[in-house]
Amino acid sequence: MANLEIDFCGIKSPNPFWLASAPPANSGYQVQKAFEQGWGGAVWKTIGAPVMNVCNRYGTIDYKGSKIIGLNNVELISDRPVDVNLREIAEVKRNFPNNAVIVSVMVESKKEAWQEIIKRSEDTGCDGFELNFGCPHGMSERGMGSAMGQVPEYTCMVTEWVMEVATKPVIVKLTPNITDIGFPARSAIKGGASALSLINTINSIMGVDLDSFEIKPNVGGKGGHGGYAGPAVKPIALHLLSSVASDPEVLKSGVPISGMGGIETWRDAVEFMLLGSTSVQVCTAVMHWGFRIVEDMIDGMSNWMDERGFKTCNDFIGKSLPRISNFGDFDLGFQTVARINHDKCIQCNLCYIACNDAAHQCIDLHDMKLKDVGNGNGRMFPVVREKDCVGCDLCSVVCPVDDCISMVEIETGRPHTTWNELSKKRPEITQEWDKMEAYRDEVGIHIH
Amino acid sequence: MAEHYKPFKYMPWEMSLEERFQEYHPAYSEREAVVEANRCLFCHDAPCMVACPTTIDIPTFIRKISTGNVKGSARTILESNLLGATCSRVCPVEVLCEGDCVLAHDHKPIAIGRLQRYAMDYAAERNIEFFQKGEPNGFKVAVVGAGPAGLSCSGELAKRGFDVTCFEKREWGGGLDTYGIVVFREPVEVSLNEVKMIEKLGVTIKTNVEIGKDITFEQLVDEFDAVFVSVGLGAVPEMQIPGEDLEGVLDGLEFIEETKVRPLNDIKYGDRVCVIGAGNTGIDCATIARRLGSERVNMIYRRSEAEMPAYHFEYQFALKEGVSFMFLTQPVEVIGEGGKVKALKCRRMDLGEPDASGRRAPVEVPGSDFEIPCDMVITAIGQKKHSHITEKLAKFGIKTVKGYIAVDEKTNRTDHPKIYAGGDCVRSHGEASTVMAVEDGKIAANGIHRALCGEGVKAELLPTHASKR
Repeated sequence: MANLEIDFCGIKSPNPFWLASAPPANSGYQVQKAFEQGWGGAVWKTIGAPVMNVCNRYGTIDYKGSKIIGLNNVELISDRPVDVNLREIAEVKRNFPNNAVIVSVMVESKKEAWQEIIKRSEDTGCDGFELNFGCPHGMSERGMGSAMGQVPEYTCMVTEWVMEVATKPVIVKLTPNITDIGFPARSAIKGGASALSLINTINSIMGVDLDSFEIKPNVGGKGGHGGYAGPAVKPIALHLLSSVASDPEVLKSGVPISGMGGIETWRDAVEFMLLGSTSVQVCTAVMHWGFRIVEDMIDGMSNWMDERGFKTCNDFIGKSLPRISNFGDFDLGFQTVARINHDKCIQCNLCYIACNDAAHQCIDLHDMKLKDVGNGNGRMFPVVREKDCVGCDLCSVVCPVDDCISMVEIETGRPHTTWNELSKKRPEITQEWDKMEAYRDEVGIHIH
Repeated sequence: MAEHYKPFKYMPWEMSLEERFQEYHPAYSEREAVVEANRCLFCHDAPCMVACPTTIDIPTFIRKISTGNVKGSARTILESNLLGATCSRVCPVEVLCEGDCVLAHDHKPIAIGRLQRYAMDYAAERNIEFFQKGEPNGFKVAVVGAGPAGLSCSGELAKRGFDVTCFEKREWGGGLDTYGIVVFREPVEVSLNEVKMIEKLGVTIKTNVEIGKDITFEQLVDEFDAVFVSVGLGAVPEMQIPGEDLEGVLDGLEFIEETKVRPLNDIKYGDRVCVIGAGNTGIDCATIARRLGSERVNMIYRRSEAEMPAYHFEYQFALKEGVSFMFLTQPVEVIGEGGKVKALKCRRMDLGEPDASGRRAPVEVPGSDFEIPCDMVITAIGQKKHSHITEKLAKFGIKTVKGYIAVDEKTNRTDHPKIYAGGDCVRSHGEASTVMAVEDGKIAANGIHRALCGEGVKAELLPTHASKR
């Protein structure tokens, strides 16, 4: 049986699954219930400045019969007073000494305010802090949340204020609403942060009602940007995670990362961890199904680790990170072609039309009588013209049948070089079209 | 979801016998299973789970299929029901879990049975062993009968460290799961695999040992700390009409059994078959006969469609298979020629006032006798109780209810402190089924555990309906 325990810059947790700072981690009742059901830790819903909430607070995207592939919210930080939260945090930590309890904080941009709330929170016996530099709505307009996270200098400054007084690990939570997340990540480290977490929610408008013209979510006839989360944001989160985790300065500092953004299952969690998350945080999936989903997250990850022979999470955290690369370093000699398994093909011919209308016109429709695999219904079968196939993968991604179209690597004899190498060795090829054409002829690339 | 089942057409020249006796629902592909699993809403306090007699955590096992944790899914099932593979095939899901699915209101219920089978097949194909024998606790338990109740009780006790010996009078364990479930619903290997799994938990299964003949209850009570009686029921009772002993009159259960244990082309079937009784066993006999090649199969039932004991979906299945039904028809004589069945003489019936069972009683229509030409008559009018067992148990002060062994519902203990019972032999009310038998075995295992190890047994060790609520 695999050991799921993690050590996150000194914060011990029985497993990597933490509740994200969000509505599910709003109260002692909720967090204790979550711990009872197996959650390893919780980042308390952000405490700090006084707020007033509105309704409705949530908007969702449902996709072709599936509910909530994306969810946005305009809810603010905790609307309960700081002392109530601190009392409950202390109680939870007392009752669950082995679970990670992290206090998320956000106050106005004043040194005294930050230092005071950190000092008050330390008395709860919590395991660490998360600085909320990411909330993109409501608080940002007041100069807090993402307003701080979007300015690297502020990120560094506030982190420094906090580090002056904090005796426990401090996690800086980053906003995705920025052009290059590397800047605030490096600033947080410069400010002395013990760890990073990402991503906070993404600015979004969920939709417009075609009958009433109202914005989703509708707040008394008005609407505005809210924080977008849920399964649909996972690819964005994975990208931002990988770019922070492979940033040389972040790597040098050795700070751990807590990843989040669309994690719903153990598989999602494994992906985040393969790209460098030590712990993972979950909110939307809990808002959809409740705390009980953690049972499968633990069971599924544990079974997966057993199958792979991983004894601890450290055996696989960051394992895919070395594969994160830049376009200029990709192998230009790597060639795949599509192969269609005609025994599996159900002749929907979506691959044909996708290739024909949206790719490179290298699938033909054939009468397959000669091959004797037809079912005699007179419909044509898609056949790849392999010499023309550019290996784009579109046909295989639109194919509705598992393992019907596979992308097969072929050896073309082309040199296994990269754009960067080519730019260095023969810069004219990468700068002039006729030289490029000549090079293609030389290595046998024919674009029809 | 594609509906795979294609009604069997009477065209035996197009299909081999083996093909006709394949499981009629093909196994789900991975994609089909995931698509169906993702339809599940993952309800809180899910009604499917409440409807399951063994309280399988259905939403959890389905979610685990959807996340790709199929191994974990199988474990979730087996934790509540060691015979999950059989139950996934034979459970009347339409009246249990699927019948209570919240999506049944305005969509199609989740195909819980087929998803369960997917997870069970996954585990079976990979020979995954989920449970080990518990730390020995020094207690010995005898189980009489290796049917589903006996296997379930044996397995649950072995997991907790009891030394269990299971006595089975037949050649193979599994009871009706092995011998009595029509093969296109459950291949015999599925049941035998479950027997093997129970043996791997350290249970000694002694086959070809019959209680009262090779071993006595007195010996068991002397040698063991507890005895669990799960002997099931007996053969189909006599119809008590003339001609019953003619060649070509068969016991329905024996007919089903032949298809499980003998090569299919060795099995004799009639061209024109009359099946007497309209319960689920009768439907099995009729559909087997059709698939073997019988041209005409009539089910003869003395009451009307509304009173027939077969499940509605079984009735629908039989109709699809081309079985004819003759309701309000009472067999009065099997007519023979040269010692062989030639026809079944029947009498028309009408429905009168409700009888003791609450159903309207059939009343004969005078002068309405007629003959149905046939060359085989299969009887499926229930099962006899094992009176020789209950007589022996009576010596231990054990009472009966309507011929069934009387037990305390909470523990399945009989009137004797060391003897427990479960399965069809205690089913004086309610439906006899594999899943109920499995639950009986669990209840008895808990009862035995509590009685021998004390009241301090932790609730989580007692995976019954009561403790999960």
